[in-house]
Amino acid sequence: MLPNAPVFPPVSSTLASKVDTLFFFTLGVSVLFSVAIVATIAAFIVRYRRRRADETGQEIKGNTLLLELAWSIVPLGLVMISFFWGASIFFESARPPADAWSFHVYGKQWMWKVEHPEGKREINEFHVPVNQAVKLTMTSEDVIHNFSVPAFRLKMDVLPGRYSTAWFRATKTGTYHIFCDQYCGVDHSKMVGKIHVMEPQDYKRWLVSGTSAGGAVASGEELFVAKACNTCHRPDSSARAPVLDGVFGKKVALVDGRTVTVDESYVRESILSPATKVVQGYQPIMPTFQGQISEEEVVQLIKYIRDLPPAAASGAPVAAPAGGQP
Amino acid sequence: MTAPATAAPTELPSYLEAAHGPKSWLLTRDHKRIGILYLVAISVFFVLGGLMAVLIRAELATPQGDMFSSDVYNRLFTMHGILMIFFFLIPSIPAVLGNFLLPVMIGAKDLAFPKLNLTSWYLYMIGGLMTFGSLLTGGIDTGWTFYTPMSTTFAQGQVLVTAVGIFVAGFSSILTGLNFIVTIHRMRAPGMTWFRLPLFVWAHYATSIIQILGTPVVAIAILLVGAERLFHIGVFDPKYGGDPLLFQHLFWFYSHPAVYIMILPAMGVMSELVTAFSRKRVFGYHFVAFSSLFIAVIGFLVWGHHMYVSGQSVVAGAIFSFLTMLVAIPSAVKVFNWTATLYKGSISLQTPMLYALGFIGVFLIGGLTGVMLGTLGIDIHVHDTYFIVAHFHYVMVGSAIMGYLGGLHFWWPKITGRMYDEFWSKVGALLIFVGFNTTFFPQFILGYLGMPRRYHMYPAEFQTWNVLSSAGATILGVGYLIPVIYLLWSLKFGAKAPANPWGAKGLEWQTASPPPVENFATPPVVTEEAYAYETSAPAKEVTVGV
Repeated sequence: MLPNAPVFPPVSSTLASKVDTLFFFTLGVSVLFSVAIVATIAAFIVRYRRRRADETGQEIKGNTLLLELAWSIVPLGLVMISFFWGASIFFESARPPADAWSFHVYGKQWMWKVEHPEGKREINEFHVPVNQAVKLTMTSEDVIHNFSVPAFRLKMDVLPGRYSTAWFRATKTGTYHIFCDQYCGVDHSKMVGKIHVMEPQDYKRWLVSGTSAGGAVASGEELFVAKACNTCHRPDSSARAPVLDGVFGKKVALVDGRTVTVDESYVRESILSPATKVVQGYQPIMPTFQGQISEEEVVQLIKYIRDLPPAAASGAPVAAPAGGQP
Repeated sequence: MTAPATAAPTELPSYLEAAHGPKSWLLTRDHKRIGILYLVAISVFFVLGGLMAVLIRAELATPQGDMFSSDVYNRLFTMHGILMIFFFLIPSIPAVLGNFLLPVMIGAKDLAFPKLNLTSWYLYMIGGLMTFGSLLTGGIDTGWTFYTPMSTTFAQGQVLVTAVGIFVAGFSSILTGLNFIVTIHRMRAPGMTWFRLPLFVWAHYATSIIQILGTPVVAIAILLVGAERLFHIGVFDPKYGGDPLLFQHLFWFYSHPAVYIMILPAMGVMSELVTAFSRKRVFGYHFVAFSSLFIAVIGFLVWGHHMYVSGQSVVAGAIFSFLTMLVAIPSAVKVFNWTATLYKGSISLQTPMLYALGFIGVFLIGGLTGVMLGTLGIDIHVHDTYFIVAHFHYVMVGSAIMGYLGGLHFWWPKITGRMYDEFWSKVGALLIFVGFNTTFFPQFILGYLGMPRRYHMYPAEFQTWNVLSSAGATILGVGYLIPVIYLLWSLKFGAKAPANPWGAKGLEWQTASPPPVENFATPPVVTEEAYAYETSAPAKEVTVGV
C-alpha cells in the first residue's frame, strides 16, 4: 500500500467507534452475501453451461414458496438489526449530555466561525478540550452548509433561519479536518477548517492567550440596551412585555393555547418574528428585528437572556437597566 | 385478418423500409421509429454528459484546482448531473427499449396514443435543447439538486431556463408513463393475460406509475424555485419567511423514486436476459413481478432518507430509515430469483448475458451500500461524501447502464436487423465492467475517509484514490467508445439478423427482424406463458448432459 493513501479515517470521538462497529457489521454481512451469490452464479455457469445449440433448461418442479419466503425473511431480519442498531446510535448522537459545553457555530459563504462558551471567537479553527462533551448550536447566515468532522463521524446541516445542534466528545488529541459537506456555492471546497483537540490544561492556556478572531461583537448585555429591549422587557418598564428573567428553559403558554419551551430557537424566533408565538396575556406589539441584527448578535442576546437570574433572586423592584457601559 | 394461413412475413416491408426521408422520421407515429428518435437523442446527451465526467475526473487527478476555476468546475458537475439524470438515465430504457418493445411484447400494433408518443419526444427535445442552451450561455451552478435558498437567492447563471427545460422534459416522462399504462391495460393480444406478460412489461408498468405520480411534484418544486427567484414569493428562503427544507421534501419525493425509474426498467431487462440465455422459465415469476410494484409503492415513502442530517426531526429520520430497509427486500428477492433461474439452465455467455452478469455484480455492491446509507448510524458519517457518490453511480450508472446496454445488445438485431461483432462486443462489455469498478470502488474508500462530494479541491492525502478513480474513468471511457464503433459499423456491414438469433421466447422474436410497421404479419394469439422454454421447446427430447 502506498504510504500516502490512508484507507481508514482517525477514530477520535466516542461516536466514531460506535459508527465504525456498525459499519463493519453491515460490511461483513454484505461481503458474505455477495460472495455467496457470486460463487453460486459462477458454479451454475460452469455446471449448466450450454453444451448443444438446441439445448434448453430443465424444468424445476415442486413448491418454491418456502424458498421465496426464506430469502425474503432472512434479509429482512438482517436489515432490521441494522435499522435498530443504527437508530440507537442516531438517537444518541442527537441528544447532547447534560454536562456538555455550549459552543456556537456560524456557517457563511465560505467560512466557519466558532464562538467558545467564554466568548472567544475563531475562524476556520476550532480548539476543544479532549474528553469533554461539546454541544454545537449552529446556524447559517446565507445558504445551507454542513458541519462535518470525519474523525468524529459527525455531520449536521447548518441552515439559515433556524438552529441545528450536534455534539461530540473527542477522545484523542490531534488536529482533524472540518469540511462543509453541503454544496454551498463557488468556494464550497474552500469552506474547510481544522479542529484541534487539546489536553484540558492546554485548552485553558490557549483560551487566555492570543486574541479573538472575527471582529468584536457587542455583548448581549450591551445589545439588550442598544436595541432597546430594556424599555419593555424589564420589571420596571413602562410598556407591557414579558419579563425575561429566569424564563429560559421554562414552558410558557401562548395566546393560541399552545405551550412552548423557551429555548434558543424560540428566543431567536421571538426576536426576528415576534408576532408568530405571542405569550398569553400580551399583545403582538413588538417590532421585528429581521434584517437589523446579525445572527451573531442574536446569539449574544440569547446567551444574555439565558443567563438572567430568576426575577425573585435579582429582586423584582427597580432593577436598574443592566450595566452602565458606554 | 384470418385469410391466408401462410402469409409470408418477408413480403411486408420492415418499419425501416416502409418510408424514407427526414419527414418520415420527424412526423412518424410508429412507436419503433420514435424509439429510434429517442435512441439518437439520448446518445447525444450521454456523450455530452460523459465528456463532462471526463473533465471532472481529469481535474480531480490532483488536489489543486489546476484545469478550471471552482466556478467552472461547479457548473461542470451540475450539468453532468442534470444531463445524465433527466436527459439520459430517466428516458434511457423506457423511452428507447420500452417504446420499441412494449407494444411488440404484448402483441399490439402500437402504443395506445401514437400522436401523444411523438409529442412526448418533442417535449423531451424542447426541454433538452433549453437545458443545453443554458449550458452554452454559461450554465448553472446549483448542483442537479437545486437546494434552496442557494438556487432561489444566491446562485448565478441560467437557473430559470434550466428549470423550465426540466419542467418541459418532465411532461415527456409523464405522458410516456400514461401511454404505457393505458397500452398495457387495453392493447394486449388475445390470450396475453396479466401473468403471461414478460417481466420487462411488469417493470415498465411499475415505472410508469412512478413517472405519473412523482414527476408532477418535482415539476412544481422546480417551478416554485423559478417563481421565488423572480418574485421572492417566500416559499423556500427564510429571509422571505419560507422554509428551505420544504424544497428538499418536494425534490426528493420525486427524485428518490426517480432512481427506481432508472433501475426498475433495467431489472425488467435483466429478467429477459437471464431467462433467454439460460433458456429457462424465470424462477418465481410472481415474486419478481410484484417486487417491481412493491418497489414502486414503497419507493414513494422513503424520500426522507436523503435528509437524515438536514435538520428534519429525529423521529422522521427513524421512520424513513425503517421504510428504506423494507424497500431493500424486493431488490434482494429479484437477485435471488435471477440466481435461481440459472439453476439447471442452459447457460450461454453471449454479450447480453455478460452485461446481465455484470449487472448483478455492480447491483450487489450498489444495493448493499444502499442499505448502509439507509442505516441512520452510518449515514451520519458518509452522507454527502464520495461514499454516496460511489453508491449512486453503482446503482444508476453501473446497474442502470449495464441493463440498458445489455438490452440494447439483446434487441439490437431486432431493432436494426443486423448482427454486431461478437468479439468486440465482449471486449467492450469486459472493459466497461473493469473500468466502472476501477472508477467508482475507490470512491467508497474516499467517502469513508471523509472526502466531501462536489469538492473542486481536496486535501492531498486523498490523491492516490482519486488518481486510481480517474485512471478507471479512462478505461470506462474507452469501454463506452467500443460499442459506439461496432454498433454503428454493424448498421452497414453487420450480418443480416434472423428473426430469433438467440432462440429466445417472447412475441418480439416471432416477428421479422426488423419488424414490419404493424409489428406482426398476422395479429398474434398467445397460448402460453412467458418464458415457456422447457415445456414447448423443440429440443424437449434432448438428454442434457448433467
